Amino acid sequence: MKMELIQPFINAADAVLSQGLQGSTKVGNLTMEEEAYRRKGVAGMIALTGDIEGRIILDLEPQTAVKVASHYAGTELPESDALIKETIFELANQVVGNAISALNDQGFHFRVHPPLLLTSEQGDKTSEDTEALMICFETSLGNVFMNVALRYNRKRLSDHAAVGA
Amino acid sequence: MEQFAPVKRSKDGQPVRYLIVDDSVFARKNLARMIETFGGQVAAEAGDGLTAISEFDRTHPDIVLMDITMPQMEGIEAAERIVQQHPEARIVMVSSVGYQENIVAALQRGARHFVQKPVKPEVLYEVIKYVLGDDGAVANAAGAGA
Repeated sequence: MKMELIQPFINAADAVLSQGLQGSTKVGNLTMEEEAYRRKGVAGMIALTGDIEGRIILDLEPQTAVKVASHYAGTELPESDALIKETIFELANQVVGNAISALNDQGFHFRVHPPLLLTSEQGDKTSEDTEALMICFETSLGNVFMNVALRYNRKRLSDHAAVGA
Repeated sequence: MEQFAPVKRSKDGQPVRYLIVDDSVFARKNLARMIETFGGQVAAEAGDGLTAISEFDRTHPDIVLMDITMPQMEGIEAAERIVQQHPEARIVMVSSVGYQENIVAALQRGARHFVQKPVKPEVLYEVIKYVLGDDGAVANAAGAGA
């Protein structure tokens, strides 16, 4: 997978987590995943289609999600499925929104689909040209995992090239 | 969270009243908390563009903080409709999707400013003061930190 596709997502996640949680965020392990995605906690997925295709998964332990939500609200919030889902979706939207802003300003256009909750333990296996990168962000409130699997849409890119030629 | 010198309405010294529009309860809570640190008051909240229009008509807030991507009606369209009916409306778009096309579209359709998520309180505070202009006044307050 091309690093220039992934870097905006790493930068965005780093910015969202460190600004939102007002603490330093450390980028921990980076691993390539060729096998099917294995959920760690509660995971939200956002799909992208267009010049770049694929998906981004944000995965948090439920307790970490509650701590994040409580931090944002400025008060201790009780754990609930709705709160956990809401927290993960908003974080995922912010990360993807920031990343696609950077990519869009570079000329890439795509559609961002609404977040989905991943309920199965295991996701789809990645294909040859969309192997996934798993990044662990270590924050003061717990680890946040981001799994990015993206590829260029060759047809769209060649269409652009043909129009530009 | 940092405390800011309260921004009041200059005409009557009352707190600035806000309408917060975002489909995420989590994001609305976060903005509401920031507004409190600015000395403001949440007049109403809405989770989509259509509700935002009716809540604007009902509460006539001083400032609207409007997300862009929402169900039923997106924020830019809601902003445009509100401004058509109320040209004096001060709408600040608050979105994680901050690319040029989006910002320009929002400003062309009546929004006064754009703030990218994650929202930094000090940035939003400055934008609020700018958008209020002479209609807002920064009050001196003991313990204010900005």
